[in-house]
Amino acid sequence: MSAQAELHPIADPHAQDRPLDDHEYGHDRAHDVHGDAGSHHGSFTDYLIGFALSIVLTAIPFWIVMANVFREPKVAAFVLVAFAVVQIIVHMVYFLHMNSKSEGGWTVLALMFTAVLVVIALTGSLWIMNHLDTNMMPGMSPQQARNLP
Amino acid sequence: MATHAPAAVNETETVRFFDIDEHGHAEGSTMLGFWVYLMSDSLIFAVLFATYGVLSRNYAAGPSPANLFDLPLIGLNTAMLLLSSITYGLAMLEVEKRRMGLTLFWLAVTGLFGLGFLSIELYEFSHLIHEGATPQRSAFLSAFFTLVGTHGLHVTFGIIWLVTLMFQLPMHGFIPDNHRRLMCLGMFWHFLDVVWIGVFTYVYLMGVLLT
Repeated sequence: MSAQAELHPIADPHAQDRPLDDHEYGHDRAHDVHGDAGSHHGSFTDYLIGFALSIVLTAIPFWIVMANVFREPKVAAFVLVAFAVVQIIVHMVYFLHMNSKSEGGWTVLALMFTAVLVVIALTGSLWIMNHLDTNMMPGMSPQQARNLP
Repeated sequence: MATHAPAAVNETETVRFFDIDEHGHAEGSTMLGFWVYLMSDSLIFAVLFATYGVLSRNYAAGPSPANLFDLPLIGLNTAMLLLSSITYGLAMLEVEKRRMGLTLFWLAVTGLFGLGFLSIELYEFSHLIHEGATPQRSAFLSAFFTLVGTHGLHVTFGIIWLVTLMFQLPMHGFIPDNHRRLMCLGMFWHFLDVVWIGVFTYVYLMGVLLT
């Protein structure tokens, strides 16, 4: 048995008496790699759907602001952010071909980690600096500050 | 002895397949590495967005977004970048079909849309500076020029990369190396479009809306 193992040529991939398990493994692996590479490419339909959705998701926010659709600016701002988030997801899926399987899930993991950092950086900065701003000059409105000599 | 033999065989097999992967697929781990680069790049943009968010109301008695921004022009700019994204996708579909002429055609169209985007942005900047809204005018304008300028710089380098690939592609054909380069530039290009979504929503639309 051990003599037979030593006879296996390292360089020859088509050894006659190769165990069946390894053959199966090799086949699966090749299939896996192929599927992985394929997941990077979208079809024409994918690009078309993504493009159409992007046009709609871009046009509506511009219309909301230019036509003053909402009376309350804060409501409009909330709607704008919602549209931006949806459009970012559309781009990720249809243009960047993100899915939970590409690169064995590592791209999604990196994306989620980055998203957490981005949210912390943005909300943290705005929250803290806003509080700092209100506490810096007690009793002074931005209007008064603007008219300082 | 009987248990030792299969282990030895397995080891050989593993090494062999690893080797084949390295040569057969030039993409390999490069795509993941490039993705991680893009994620770190989005952290740069996150910091610039946060800076803009903190400083965006500090006008120093200067002009505010509602006075400065021309939304139809920004809409045109957004359309340019979106169109360049879809034409890059069409170029990648031609790459899959191994059609060199059409690939180069769509890459050229992508580059032209990118140049259109840059020209409009530079026109906007020069218009603002001409009106006295320079980066030195107020904290709001400093943060604005830094954020939007950094994005424009990314687009500039994307176009340089695109032109480089348009020379490399006919020179070497559809080799795995060129395929990998096209995939990376594609990710970069679509990523810039994603960042622009944040820019036009947060800087331009919400700037005009909330002032």
